[in-house]
Amino acid sequence: MNEKKLVATRDAYGKALVLLGEQNPNIVVLDADLAASTRTSMFAKEFPERFFDMGVAEQDMISTAAGLAASGKIAFASTFAVFGAGRAWDQIRISVAYTRQNVKIVVTHGGITTGEDGASHQANEDLAIMRAIPNMTVIVPADAIETEKVIKTAALFYGPMYIRLSRGKTPLVYESKDGDFKIGKGIVMRKGRDVTIFACGIMVDKALDAALALEASKIDCRVVNLHTIKPIDKELIIECAKETSAVVVAEEHSIIGGLGSAVAEVLVENCCVPMARIGVSDMFGESGKPEELLVKYGLTSQKIASAVLSVLKRKL
Amino acid sequence: MISKEKTRELEKMARQLRRHIIEMTCAAVSGHPGGALSAADMVAALYFYKLRYNSQDPSWPERDRFVMSKGHAAPVLYAALAEAGYFPKKYLKTLRQLGSSLQGHVDMLSVPGIEMSTGSLGQGLSAANGMALAARIDKKDYHVYCMLGDGECQEGQVWEAAMTSAHHRLDNLTVMVDRNKYQIDGKVEDIKNIEPFALKWKAFGFNVLSCDGHNMKAIIEALDRATDFKGKPTVIICDTVKGKGVSFMEENPLSYHGKAPTPEEEKKALEQLCHIEEFKI
Repeated sequence: MNEKKLVATRDAYGKALVLLGEQNPNIVVLDADLAASTRTSMFAKEFPERFFDMGVAEQDMISTAAGLAASGKIAFASTFAVFGAGRAWDQIRISVAYTRQNVKIVVTHGGITTGEDGASHQANEDLAIMRAIPNMTVIVPADAIETEKVIKTAALFYGPMYIRLSRGKTPLVYESKDGDFKIGKGIVMRKGRDVTIFACGIMVDKALDAALALEASKIDCRVVNLHTIKPIDKELIIECAKETSAVVVAEEHSIIGGLGSAVAEVLVENCCVPMARIGVSDMFGESGKPEELLVKYGLTSQKIASAVLSVLKRKL
Repeated sequence: MISKEKTRELEKMARQLRRHIIEMTCAAVSGHPGGALSAADMVAALYFYKLRYNSQDPSWPERDRFVMSKGHAAPVLYAALAEAGYFPKKYLKTLRQLGSSLQGHVDMLSVPGIEMSTGSLGQGLSAANGMALAARIDKKDYHVYCMLGDGECQEGQVWEAAMTSAHHRLDNLTVMVDRNKYQIDGKVEDIKNIEPFALKWKAFGFNVLSCDGHNMKAIIEALDRATDFKGKPTVIICDTVKGKGVSFMEENPLSYHGKAPTPEEEKKALEQLCHIEEFKI
């Protein structure tokens, strides 16, 4: 387990788009001057007549995607998470979600691990603001293998979606491509009886590390990949809370409004158990190496392990 | 060339749309009559002269598309769609009521014939571009029309979209601007001046036409010139009067941007709209 295989989710996205483009002539892709970074450039190279670089104009990109979708296209629109979710929020709300258009907003550079570019480029609020929009499905894949499945599923699913990917190369949490991906259905990555750690994105790997580390203390952690932030897997959350009686949630996002909030909303109305959240405090990030930022902002397996110990104390 | 009879028929239809607008907004006790009335002649020209559509098959793939970007002008679009046979005219008076399909701002999922939901200004032209780009990919010859308000052109996205239209040389796209010169807070020139307006569109790469937005013959001629023009998108700047057709609204356009006529005002307005018709015929 020491030698983790690292693959960028955005690379998986670029490859999946090319495959989809070959299979389905209705797939169109838009970007806002970040095609090389988001990897939509791979699709652009193969299908230039179905690729539109909208320039530095995210709002225009999203509403244009809506117009293409209204004419029968499956539109994938990509940029960085801060610009996609933030700059174009109103366009996503009205042109895409209110109209239930078949637009897939696939953003890269989600979260603090965007790194050196600093706070302006670190999307720590995107899941909260996307989750609040009716008709929107919000997904954060845990690794590159899951990303490929998510993108293929997105092309078959009719309706608006927000899919958040990362900048850096991240560890694979799946060993093979086997296993189904179902929107809204969490995946139990590791069985356990003492506590459940819910996580999404890069925090799934860290949750698994925390669970492994806690084995030595004879603590049996269940780890669940809640890749779909909305619609949240209410049944699985309640089942895990009832069976383990303690919950920790870990996400690379603000402590406000993301996965932690979504899980808390379910628990508070259905099954109150001790709970702790791991996420970025209510503050902006800063420049630094991704690994340094993860440590400084408390997004580590050690922090998850400490949170587990704290909820277990409250459980007693 | 359009015949005198057809022109008169379209003028009559525009008056009919105006009567609907007055009755709808009065019944709703809310809504935006001013900017709907200013657009009535343009909308009549589009739906009863220019657009290719089948109201019995609203999703006919070959149809022309019309995007009402100034979504608050919903009453004039609903009136035109009802007159065109998309839904029964009796529904018009349900505007803005709980449970009605006729939402305060246009909603494509609740009313057949509406191509894009709007209401938050500035988004329609981008969506229209998307439709025009789709036509190109699909090798279809439908034309896309988009109506903007002049106050709306203070939104930055309008100009992002204008760059897109021009960059892709979307000559299957025609923009109509309802240049009624007023926005909610006052005169456009006082709030944030958009002039030199025609020069802006020209600089952004459009074929620019202008016409009297209440002269049916002029509107028709401009629309025909727009769709004949190749190599660039066209914008028609239509000089209009907010509240057109109702004297007390024309005289006090700011009061009737987002305020419905009272029943007494409705009566007076309908009398004026009938009177004009009798006078002209």
